[in-house]
Amino acid sequence: MNQPAPIKYTKKDFTSSKDVKWCPGCGDYAILATVQKTMADLGRPKEKQVVVSGIGCSSRFPVYMDTHGFHTIHGRAPTVATGLRVARPDLDVWMVTGDGDGLSIGGNHLMHAVRRNVEMVVLLFNNRIYGLTKGQYSPTSEQNKVTKSTPYGSVDAPLNPLLFALAAGATFVARTWDTNPRHMDAVFKAARQHKGLSLVEIWQNCVIFNDGAFDNVVDREVKEERLVELEEGKPIVFGKDKSKCLVLDGLDVVVRDTALTDPAKILVHNPRSQSPTLAMALAQLSFPDAPTPMGILRQVERPTYDGDVNEQAAQVLKDRGPGNMDKLLRGSASWKIETDEVFEDAWKPFVSKKK
Amino acid sequence: MVDTQQIQIEGAVVRFVGDSGDGMQLTGTQFTDTSAIAGNDISTFPDFPAEIRAPAGTPAGVSGFQVNFAASAVEAPGDQPDILVAMNPAAYKMNIEDLKTGGVLIVNSDNFSDIDLRKAGYETNPLEDNPMVGEKFQLISVPMTALVEEALKELDMKPVHKRRCKNFFALGLMYWMFDRTLEYTEAWILKKFGGKDVLEQANIKALRAGYNYGDTAEIFTRRYKVKSTPMPAGTYRQITGNSATAYGLVAAGVKSGLNVVYSTYPITPASDILHDLSKLKNFGVKTVQAEDEIAACGVALGASYGGSLGVTASSGPGICLKAEFVGLAAMTELPLVIVDVQRGGPSTGLPTKTEQSDLMLTLFGRNGECPVPVIAASTPVDCFHAVLEAARIAVEYMTPVYFLSDGFIANSSDLWNVPAFADLPGIKQVFYTGEDGKPYKPYERDPETLARKWVTPGTPKLQNTLTGLEKNEKGDISYDGKNHALMCGLRKDKIAAIAKSYGPTKILGAQSGKVLVLAWGGTYGHIVSAVKELQKEGASISYVHLRHINPLPLDLEEIIGNFDTVVVPEINLGQLVQVIRAKYAIDAQSVTQIMGKPFKVADLVTAFRKFL
Repeated sequence: MNQPAPIKYTKKDFTSSKDVKWCPGCGDYAILATVQKTMADLGRPKEKQVVVSGIGCSSRFPVYMDTHGFHTIHGRAPTVATGLRVARPDLDVWMVTGDGDGLSIGGNHLMHAVRRNVEMVVLLFNNRIYGLTKGQYSPTSEQNKVTKSTPYGSVDAPLNPLLFALAAGATFVARTWDTNPRHMDAVFKAARQHKGLSLVEIWQNCVIFNDGAFDNVVDREVKEERLVELEEGKPIVFGKDKSKCLVLDGLDVVVRDTALTDPAKILVHNPRSQSPTLAMALAQLSFPDAPTPMGILRQVERPTYDGDVNEQAAQVLKDRGPGNMDKLLRGSASWKIETDEVFEDAWKPFVSKKK
Repeated sequence: MVDTQQIQIEGAVVRFVGDSGDGMQLTGTQFTDTSAIAGNDISTFPDFPAEIRAPAGTPAGVSGFQVNFAASAVEAPGDQPDILVAMNPAAYKMNIEDLKTGGVLIVNSDNFSDIDLRKAGYETNPLEDNPMVGEKFQLISVPMTALVEEALKELDMKPVHKRRCKNFFALGLMYWMFDRTLEYTEAWILKKFGGKDVLEQANIKALRAGYNYGDTAEIFTRRYKVKSTPMPAGTYRQITGNSATAYGLVAAGVKSGLNVVYSTYPITPASDILHDLSKLKNFGVKTVQAEDEIAACGVALGASYGGSLGVTASSGPGICLKAEFVGLAAMTELPLVIVDVQRGGPSTGLPTKTEQSDLMLTLFGRNGECPVPVIAASTPVDCFHAVLEAARIAVEYMTPVYFLSDGFIANSSDLWNVPAFADLPGIKQVFYTGEDGKPYKPYERDPETLARKWVTPGTPKLQNTLTGLEKNEKGDISYDGKNHALMCGLRKDKIAAIAKSYGPTKILGAQSGKVLVLAWGGTYGHIVSAVKELQKEGASISYVHLRHINPLPLDLEEIIGNFDTVVVPEINLGQLVQVIRAKYAIDAQSVTQIMGKPFKVADLVTAFRKFL
């Protein structure tokens, strides 16, 4: 199918008139601005962009977008987005969720949306804390975290969002972070253009309840050594002067000195590999044992649920022709009674008459 | 030679009972079809265990199918069978108490061996030295298994497969007893197997063997003839409540011009609606089997948001889970139909048994001030019309609507004089696209219905965000107290205004008098039978059966005022009665039963008599 020519938009076309009510300094502002820019750059019809969200700070997102939007209930946005895509495959669905909304109360729905590969972009704002309820630990909070609900430290083990998505069969998995609009924009664009469910984890700083949660990796001073930006087809190297690299040692991905490593042994990033094994290995890397990977970990094609539902319906329609209501109601085992006798109406409490 | 006497009767109640693997549901359905085609009115009551295949021969695995057929109008499946066909001792044990005094018990005597008796918990054969035999009922023992094996001896089949045809033998015997032809069932067997399977021949042979056994065995002193019922001209079929619900939803889609997105999670006794609808994709129906009950409701609501008619369905436990989404649908004022095929509760309760105990849940089971229309079907056929009405209200008033069915009417069947589709009421539906050029306010209301305009995503220039937060007319989030009071009031008034769209309430009997029976839901057939019986005696008793429980009909208060006593019969511990007491401040009387079964007409007659 021919892609229609992109429509010329500016970021302002996607900015609603509503006052943004996030805390000053919240990472959400940068994400909002980037998504508005991404949508403008992509030039897809504005009225076809729909933002569906759950509950939480990040889920206020659609209110601030001048698009159609649905701010639903806690954790259930994937279900509404799925229904929307089943009903309206012509719409571009963007789903906004957080670590609590998407991975705790709504973990089940997110898993099934990923498994079904419903075509939508899932922006998962991960700030590793419950913000809107004022500071309890979340399913991505590190163990031993002291919060309002865990004064002696949290004993919960955290969930890795990317590994979760990959295990559920995700076809597009990426990670980016709120202080790098250039990186976010590139990831969002690729996510939107992917045919299937694109899950993007966004490291997002909560300035009030978990300030600096990602500084030890993304801070300007340290990031060169502590994160690695994945690029398709390129060897995975990082650090000052690309002095470090990733290689496969048995079943483990490990860090080596680039200078001391056979260049042929250095892992070349291939997000399009059908096997999710390496993507899963990369998803498990994190500072301090290894650099935290940023960018697209996996990007493969697989039929979408919404596409198949509609294709199947179209095929049945083609094979069987449009349904005939009278035939359906009569069914296959009906019989006729012909008589001139007139009957008094037996008492029926409800008689439907044509209006 | 025994002289078989043929007796003309008005009608009869026959119950087939056996192991859940014995094919009793099929046998009952075939017998019902043949009776209906022969020109009798019918009403059926299938009753099966929650266990798919409980250990064979045990009381836990007993499955039954009762049919009431007669030469005059039949409203209910009958309190007690005149004829009980029991395929094993467990089936005998679980059903013999129900057999009418003077009735006939037919058993497969080959299944009454010591081991069969032990499985049913008997130490000795209950048919031997039983004072009830001959006194309370007539016993006819037929060695069905041996007779079937003999009839099929030339067929190349395993003996175990031959024995499985014994339900057709029993069916053939009953056809002989009621002087029916085998034509319909034979045609059905031929269609099912299409000449490809030895089972085709086997089942036909077993059916004929049963029929011929009646003719030749010389143990039957009576056979019966039920005259055909004079019925208005039309096309007739048999239909269950669940199928009628499915077809009603398809009809709603076509009448409103909307695609139907039916999204559910499997649950007894609602799943058959999904099974029916999943075949009807060429009618603009899409079905989704969601990951859970909540998701099922969310998918349906997402589809409604996109401009389809979103429908979800469940039974009590699943309905509990959907409550938050129903609140969101009410708050964002989107159409949604929630089908609740009620079963025995609380919690997992009695999955395959009927009950009317979700009324309060559907009326009030949400946070906040959140009125939702509640519509209940009265009979299997009425499921079709009532769910169409539920969809009309959902679309025309932009609201979630609960549609209540129950395990009894969902699985039972009625004879249906099929309406012409063109004669059914329409559903008014318009998407707003800003054609009047006025500034768009998402919660601006139609002055008459108070419904907001339906704008779907994809509509240019009308971008807006729906939210479960309180908002003002413009759709902006607002926590202002006065605005909240205004919006709560408007949402309440909108639901109340629906009552203006009903026709006048029908009363069976005099417009005033001593007793008004006021009921709702699947109890209609039994109650109407009881009320008519008392009316024949000249009792001052009238009957109103509600389809709309929220909002209640506007003329109900006046009707109630014309009677000394209002009696509310329900299969629960008294739910509608509380609504009536609260709404009209009257001392309404409650008649209830909660045994997982429909009322018995005789019990209702006794109960109503106390108020006369």
